[in-house]
Amino acid sequence: MSRIDDAFSARGGNGCALIGYATAGFPDRKTCLSIASSLLEHCDILEIGIPFSDPVLDGPVIQESSRRALESGFRVSDAFDLAAELRAASQKPILAMTYYNPVHRAGHAAFAAEAARAGLDGTLIPDLPPEEMAGWKEEADRRGIRNVLFAAMTTPQERLRYLDRSTGGFLYCFAVKGTTGMRDRLAGGLGDFMALARSCCASPLAIGLGISTPDQCRDAAALADGVVVGSALVKAAMDAIQDGEDPAARAGRLASLLKRSLAEQGAAQA
Amino acid sequence: MRKREAIITEAESRHRRGRFGDFGGCFVPETLIAPLRELEEAYVQAMADTAFRHELESYLRDYAGRPTPLYEARRLSSEVGGATIFLKREDLCHTGSHKINNTLGQCLLARRMGKRRVIAETGAGQHGVATATTAALLGQECDVFMGETDMARQSLNVFRMELLGARVVPVTAGSRTLKDAVNEALRDWVATSDHTHYCIGSVVGPHPFPLLVRDLQSVIGREARRQHLERTGNLPDCLVACVGGGSNSLGLFHPFLGDGVRMVGVEAGGKGTEPGEHGSTLCLGSAGVLHGARSYLLQDGDGQIVETHSVSAGLDYPGVGPEHAFLKDSGRAEYTNVSDAEALRAVEMLCSTEGILPALESAHAVAGAVELAREMPRSSSLVVCLSGRGDKDVNTLMDIRRGGR
Repeated sequence: MSRIDDAFSARGGNGCALIGYATAGFPDRKTCLSIASSLLEHCDILEIGIPFSDPVLDGPVIQESSRRALESGFRVSDAFDLAAELRAASQKPILAMTYYNPVHRAGHAAFAAEAARAGLDGTLIPDLPPEEMAGWKEEADRRGIRNVLFAAMTTPQERLRYLDRSTGGFLYCFAVKGTTGMRDRLAGGLGDFMALARSCCASPLAIGLGISTPDQCRDAAALADGVVVGSALVKAAMDAIQDGEDPAARAGRLASLLKRSLAEQGAAQA
Repeated sequence: MRKREAIITEAESRHRRGRFGDFGGCFVPETLIAPLRELEEAYVQAMADTAFRHELESYLRDYAGRPTPLYEARRLSSEVGGATIFLKREDLCHTGSHKINNTLGQCLLARRMGKRRVIAETGAGQHGVATATTAALLGQECDVFMGETDMARQSLNVFRMELLGARVVPVTAGSRTLKDAVNEALRDWVATSDHTHYCIGSVVGPHPFPLLVRDLQSVIGREARRQHLERTGNLPDCLVACVGGGSNSLGLFHPFLGDGVRMVGVEAGGKGTEPGEHGSTLCLGSAGVLHGARSYLLQDGDGQIVETHSVSAGLDYPGVGPEHAFLKDSGRAEYTNVSDAEALRAVEMLCSTEGILPALESAHAVAGAVELAREMPRSSSLVVCLSGRGDKDVNTLMDIRRGGR
């Protein structure tokens, strides 16, 4: 059993897993480590985002955090260092969220070796659909790295089955058609989409994209095994920096609030 | 179970068709997989539909002004003193560039697919103007994404697009040029694909765009080939075109691929060979994945895309169409570059010898062609794609001249 499998199977009736996100290197290496450590305390799984110059799936908040990380001199190797430092203190699953070009540039074998050495459990590469992933997956499998795939509300049923068979660890279901970022409410049709996904997928299902508040977490938790919150946590850290407060504490407080709302939903269902 | 596997395998093999050797592909978020397949199917069906092809042909003829002339540039040729230089006059197309060949096809396709809105990215504004024009013609809603830097240097085209009823959306991310406009258009399309068609302006992006745009632009090469044969009884010895994303060049080259004619793509050499000083993706870049396809890129050691520079906004792009990457690696086409200064000299040369003001993009092709023609025998001939006219660049040219370069 991998750490990812444990994170889902151990839950049983204990509600839905909280999957947090931190942009590696934002606002700088040292502060990022304290933000990510704080999130990891409250979350069940942590995604570390590797900043990319052209983040086409990201909305304003993660674009901004990525830009600031790159401006402060972020290198891809910093993300592996961050993961290794987090791994030294925690046995929770840690995943790298990255666009494909940095992986392609490093070379599949080298990237997989670095990821394994850093203690990463998996990768999420939103611009690498299963048809294009063979080269990466071969090296990732060799190193025990799970490659998590995505499903969207535009995905037809046959393809959902294909994604389910091809994904590693869980299936990440986009809650909205659009980029990352906070939304006032969840998309109409999300319930039907998740019901369809549930009916034809065996993998644990996580929902992400556009989920930011405890209420939205509660709603999403009723439909899935995991809920991903990204932009809202980055925004909390960003706002704290702006206010001259501790970003790690602010992001951690939000994560604990979100976690509590998931636990409540779990209790209500049980 | 077996039947389902068969369907998936068939779908996957169809997907592999978007490959040019090791280049191309469909590297997009899952949300766009279904819309791209829908587009591919619609395109295949439309091209098999005689009525659709007739409609496109009649718009190309009666609205865009095709065929465009193949003009023998006698004074330019004699000044150079080598091969006879022919200009394929895409600058005489309606809207002033070859871009309308593509937008007519794509906007008609969008209408056929029931999409009421089209979006586009633009650098120099030529593709934005062509999309806005076609959208007005077909009564479609149109938003054009354009980097703020480009909006400043191509302000005339911004105003033209607005006159045509399009909304020009300023892009403030990154270097605020063409690459960032593509990012923003993709972000919009991920959210709006159910009612919006992304009318991409070059032979870039995920499958089927590189194929679709190449097919629509191939009218340039088909005409040039026929016209040159009629005029001289022979095929030209060499073809020359500028390469940003690479649509006018691939449109010219593609119908000649089986002919063994020499093909030269000219990239933006900018002001130097250091990162950030040029847009010479094929000459100086390396393989990578950007905007949905594997091709050549300008990137650093971590795979971050580096900024580019060119006096011409349309060539200021760190990527290039995947089929060009394939043509380069297979040796079928050659790629070279010319500097900002050389392109500016070519503008003046074409103005003074032929009375034709080329777009700064096309001036790169003219500069490259002059170099090549000089080394070729007088009995040979060379076709340059004059992809656009330079009216949009008059402000830039004026600033450079008054700035006393």
